[in-house]
Amino acid sequence: MKILVCISNVPDTTTKIRFTGENTSFDSSGVQWVINPWDELSLTRALELRDDPASGVKSVTVIHSGPASAEPTIRKALAIGADDAVRIDSPSGDAYSVAAGIAEVVRSEQYDIILCGVESSDYNGSMVGGMLAEFLEIPSVSGISELNVEGGNVTITRETDEGKEIVSVPLPFAGVVQKGIAKEPRIAAMRGIMMARSKQIRIYESGPEESLTGIKSFEKPPARDACKFIDADNPEQLIDLLQNEAKVI
Amino acid sequence: MSVLVYTENQGGRFRKHIFELVSYASETAKMLNSTVTALSTGKVDESELMKLGNYGANRIISVENSLPSGFDNRAYSYVVSEVARKTGATVIILSDNHSGKAIAPGLSVRLKAAVGSGVSRLPVSTEPFVVCKRVFSGNAFAHVVLKTPVRIITLARNSFSCIESAGNPAVERMEIPVDGTLVRTTVREVIPQSGRIQLTDADIVVSGGRGMKAPGNWAPLLELAEGLGAATACSRPVSDEGWRPHEEHAGQTGRIIAPNLYIAVGISGATQHLAGVSSSKYIVAINTDRDAPIFEAAQYGIVGDAMKVLPKLTEAIKKR
Repeated sequence: MKILVCISNVPDTTTKIRFTGENTSFDSSGVQWVINPWDELSLTRALELRDDPASGVKSVTVIHSGPASAEPTIRKALAIGADDAVRIDSPSGDAYSVAAGIAEVVRSEQYDIILCGVESSDYNGSMVGGMLAEFLEIPSVSGISELNVEGGNVTITRETDEGKEIVSVPLPFAGVVQKGIAKEPRIAAMRGIMMARSKQIRIYESGPEESLTGIKSFEKPPARDACKFIDADNPEQLIDLLQNEAKVI
Repeated sequence: MSVLVYTENQGGRFRKHIFELVSYASETAKMLNSTVTALSTGKVDESELMKLGNYGANRIISVENSLPSGFDNRAYSYVVSEVARKTGATVIILSDNHSGKAIAPGLSVRLKAAVGSGVSRLPVSTEPFVVCKRVFSGNAFAHVVLKTPVRIITLARNSFSCIESAGNPAVERMEIPVDGTLVRTTVREVIPQSGRIQLTDADIVVSGGRGMKAPGNWAPLLELAEGLGAATACSRPVSDEGWRPHEEHAGQTGRIIAPNLYIAVGISGATQHLAGVSSSKYIVAINTDRDAPIFEAAQYGIVGDAMKVLPKLTEAIKKR
């Protein structure tokens, strides 16, 4: 059984977000790029499954769609323990074009489980996994907080707005994973970092679909008013302000 | 040309955010000189369906029987896409909740329709069709052009208020046969969230961080939450330590929430935490450290010991 983990290359979560060109493009100067946090968790879970002989998972491949500048992030995924990596050589596209490109790769390489993080921490789309499933006409499950595989049988816990559900789904399927899927992201060990250097990142040509969306401009959220401090000995005053000034209680 | 809005029910009833969604669809339809069709799936009484008309739905389509009771992403996408085709929808609006996020991608591929997800206000323009959405985990907004003739919007929670407007709808029953091969998800067990208020649905959230010091110290926080009718949340270190269940984790990698009032107790306000809560209308911070970054995000602050402050607040709430 083979798992494919889709990874996004995103600014480190502590990055101060700035824009250039009169707010038309993201200012990437000085930005540290990392694996999208949810993708890192889904990679971790995929590796845990591969390392468990009972799961039947034999290999974990990571895939990224984007320019060569993302290769350090892909190498990081290899260093963490992925067996193999694919990069679709394309300019950054929207979820639709990315999903169409990944679907092409899946068609030729045949994966059993395809995992995507619930959203990327940059464009917060949460669409790629579901689109991929529809392009491939395979089942998709979202909100996955637990994924267990034993002898080819998949058991999933998904979180809905009403609580949790235990579901099962046949292979192959595409899963959209969120918090809970793995406890802590796996960290690359020195041996992994050394091995990742010599692994090859396989390159595919750009996918068949153009983006259906385009970013016109960015704006920063309006600045908040300065904090009004309330005396710790009179916290009742806070209740008064919340009731009569903010009118939220 | 019409606006289609997917109105999901919970046990036969519509929640407040569905009425917000219909209000949003109605305002969008006005921009397009168009009308609103609401699509309901599963069993909902006519009187409940008619409530959608109070927020501007002009037509209500109820698809009762063809869908599996357990949610299946592709089967639901299919039904929404079929109704969109039949009604000639040019804009399809869903909530940015679990089912909306699960339906929108399949819908997009079926209809080759551009998606704006996590949209936080009315379209910026209709020619070209531009929406405004949260990006960089709430640190910015992007104006995104949806370039296709059919467009899909998922509306961020708590980003639009209900607007009453008589839509004078009639309810139409529709049958959309679903091919069994499309339904592949089997629900084995449903674990409803215990009586507590849903975090993503809550108007008020009281949240605890590492400054609470120990899991045994949560009682005063829970009492305040109860007094306010609030949901409870926590920061990442707290859920990582197992002091609180991970479902309560609000932040970039946990739940992204936008309540009217967020009370952060003993939370320093790391960037990753703020990314998950910064869309809240009002933030109150209670922290012993005057220099904690949470006070920069908050409108109201108390520098003090939570163990002393919380009971006084609860008492003041009770006296109200």
